[in-house]
Amino acid sequence: MKTSLPRLVRNHRPTTFLRILTHSPRWSSSLSQRPGAAGVTFPGAVNSKFTSALTFEHPSTYPAIPTYRCTSPDGHLIDSTILPCPDALALAMYENMISVSIMDLIMFDAQRQGRLSFYMTSQGEEGTCVGSASALEKGDVVFSQYREAGVFVQRGYKLSDFMAQLFANRRDGGKGRNMPVHYGSKELNIHTISSPLATQIPQAAGAAYALKMQRLQNPDLPPRVVACYFGEGAASEGDFHAALNIAATRSCPVIFICRNNGYAISTPTLEQYRGDGIASRGTGYGIDTIRVDGNDIFAVREATLKARELALKDGGRPVLIEAMSYRISHHSTSDDSFAYRARVEVEDWKRRDNPITRLRKYLENKALWDDEREAEARTRIRRDVLKAFGDAEKELKPPLRAMFEDVYEEMTPEIRAQMGELREILDTYPAEYDVGEFEGGKDSLEK
Amino acid sequence: MPLIARIYRRGITSSRPLINNVFNIQTSCLYSTLPPNARLNIPTDYSTTPLLAHNSQSALQNPELSPEVRNGTTKRMNLFQSINDALSISLAEDDSVILFGEDVAFGGVFRCSMKLAENYGSERVFNTPLSEQGIVGFAIGAAAEGMKAVAEIQFADYVYPAFDQLVNEAAKFRYRDGAEGRHVGGLTVRMPCGGVGHGALYHSQSPESLFTHIPGLRVIMPRSPIQAKGLLLSAIASGDPCVFMEPKVLYRAAVEQVPTASYTLPLSKAEILKEGKDLTIISYGHPLYICSAAIEKAEKDFGISIELIDLRTVYPWDKECVLKSVQKTGRCLVVHESMVNAGIGAEVAASIQEDKETFLRLEAPVMRVAGWSIHMGLLFERFNIPDVARVYDKIKQAVEY
Ligand SMILES: Cc1ncc(C[n+]2csc(CCOP(=O)(O)OP(=O)(O)O)c2C)c(N)n1
Repeated sequence: MKTSLPRLVRNHRPTTFLRILTHSPRWSSSLSQRPGAAGVTFPGAVNSKFTSALTFEHPSTYPAIPTYRCTSPDGHLIDSTILPCPDALALAMYENMISVSIMDLIMFDAQRQGRLSFYMTSQGEEGTCVGSASALEKGDVVFSQYREAGVFVQRGYKLSDFMAQLFANRRDGGKGRNMPVHYGSKELNIHTISSPLATQIPQAAGAAYALKMQRLQNPDLPPRVVACYFGEGAASEGDFHAALNIAATRSCPVIFICRNNGYAISTPTLEQYRGDGIASRGTGYGIDTIRVDGNDIFAVREATLKARELALKDGGRPVLIEAMSYRISHHSTSDDSFAYRARVEVEDWKRRDNPITRLRKYLENKALWDDEREAEARTRIRRDVLKAFGDAEKELKPPLRAMFEDVYEEMTPEIRAQMGELREILDTYPAEYDVGEFEGGKDSLEK
Repeated sequence: MPLIARIYRRGITSSRPLINNVFNIQTSCLYSTLPPNARLNIPTDYSTTPLLAHNSQSALQNPELSPEVRNGTTKRMNLFQSINDALSISLAEDDSVILFGEDVAFGGVFRCSMKLAENYGSERVFNTPLSEQGIVGFAIGAAAEGMKAVAEIQFADYVYPAFDQLVNEAAKFRYRDGAEGRHVGGLTVRMPCGGVGHGALYHSQSPESLFTHIPGLRVIMPRSPIQAKGLLLSAIASGDPCVFMEPKVLYRAAVEQVPTASYTLPLSKAEILKEGKDLTIISYGHPLYICSAAIEKAEKDFGISIELIDLRTVYPWDKECVLKSVQKTGRCLVVHESMVNAGIGAEVAASIQEDKETFLRLEAPVMRVAGWSIHMGLLFERFNIPDVARVYDKIKQAVEY
């Protein structure tokens, strides 16, 4: 049951079925049933044994998939097989995690004060994001859901980039079109976030197939994978199913990273699924799968490093990582999570197990960190966040014209005419609209 | 009656063994019997219709083709063969083109991808699992990373599971990426659409107007093999995601001489198929043949001349061409197969009355001939889809108004 499909195939039916895997459609009929065979060669399950015992497979009799951890809660490496991560990287990851958490606190409050329209924090999940991103190469393509600020920071997204997007100013790559937290960066190979849940998962499979094809056609290109993030709630969408299945059948080099943080807004996992989390689904699709402790940044990093290797092996294949954590924050600034969970539960998680404190202990054990450095870093980062915040808030908004552009590659006559109509309205009713904050005022609406 | 005999024979001879054509669509004329006294509702004779190029000379005189193409050769093709030709050309011309969907590898249930997997490799032409949302999501991702992804939805009736991916993702990709500049212009989603006589609820639909409400997509429907090839090559080359709808009743029925070279036809540009001065008919896809037959009768009976416009791209559509024509004729009807409610006709009619200059020239209300606002019940298709009698009758109403 635990053996993945491709492995079974390689062990037992080397030629015929592999041909099917390489997508020659006509050979399925050559799988014939030999009389007296102990196994079934139905084309739909080539390695199944006959049994005369009428038994159902009960999920409860399967042990839960274990959770990989390589750092103890007091910060000691407990997996002797892994090489310690370079000190500089460990320090950088630590600063990146606290950057996200400091930015989260400041921006959450700023939203509460009405200075931006919306925000989502990622408290408790900094480890999953920073750790996995640290294992990717710069050229790897990332698709994310929205709670992955740590991925952005780790790949080099700057505070000014975050703030430009959050305040939708004229430096925002999204030209002020997207809600806050919908970051994206071509330079960093991270696709722009969209609100519809799980839509990025089949896209990640297709993108991975593109990378694989491009390398097939030009072997000089460096090997690349796609990493795709989503929550356990999003994994209930049809797109999750579609994605894992097509990624497996087309052997796409993609790492699916599920952040299982226990809640989808107010919905606890008990109402989200009844199987063994998301990881148990992976093997059903024929996908190599691991569950890791998301509060253990090194466990996430090691798992992602291995996953990346696996994903590129033998022409490519998908890998699923389920990172377990707890959503310490409210779902978003529009949510008060104490309406559906106890405050003590949250406080408990915050104190008891937390990716930031675990890495801090590791660094302190190695004498790379202490209270003084902690205070210095926090003061510095706080100052940098506030500076970027202030600058972004003051900045002009994108030109109004950006509202009409990029719907199509070229503006259609219909859209051009409508832009002209808006311009006339602004000319006729100048008192009704404030266009002062937009770069170029209403003049940008010139046809 | 020789005509019936001819159509009957054609129906028989062109119905291939099922293995070749999983969804045998050419038998439709066997299901509908021609009423003995019919003068208008006579099945289209595709071998004589003026809408198809019956010789290579007429195929090559199209001024939209480049001089080199016009000096080239032609080949007799039906619609599925011309689509196959276009797909083959695009795979040959551009390594970044990939083609996939359900049952595409063996040639497709309508034969549109025949021999392509053999010729271009199973990496570039392949089957996907049976999941429309997966197909379109996968295609968007591949296009976002620089491939030209040509995805097939087996029937337009089954595109709805992929609706979210098309509406929220493909259509908005460029807009939301803004200055970052990424897009899915390489995406083309092909789907057979429309009635075939016996497709009932789920093998007959034409959901084009559901896509025309989505800024960001181009929605295209060809009427003939020449168009299918040129417009499909344009769709694949286009920098915008395209929904390419293929009237499946024409796959085998519409045969004409098609230029063998690679060529494109302009998107979002209508084509005036026939000039006239008393009335304009605007349509696209299969009903153009019905319109053409109705025009022939109406012009004779009422002594008028009718202009026939093929929209080709139903969104963003060529408003200018339509308005100019209606300004000239003052009368207009819009004909389409899909339901009348909120259909393409509604948008065209509203745009005509909204244009101040055109409104003043109108001598009759803009009229619509379209499917009734119902579902396609198996037995009732020929009473549901616009036919020659219904188009003829609306022409009469418009002229007599
Ligand atoms: C298709 C879709 N349905 C519903 C929503 C509204 N929504 C936004 S976030 C969310 C919960 C997602 O939970 P999960 O995937 O577990 O991620 P988490 O917020 O816990 O990180 C919901 C229901 C949406 N954005 N998209």
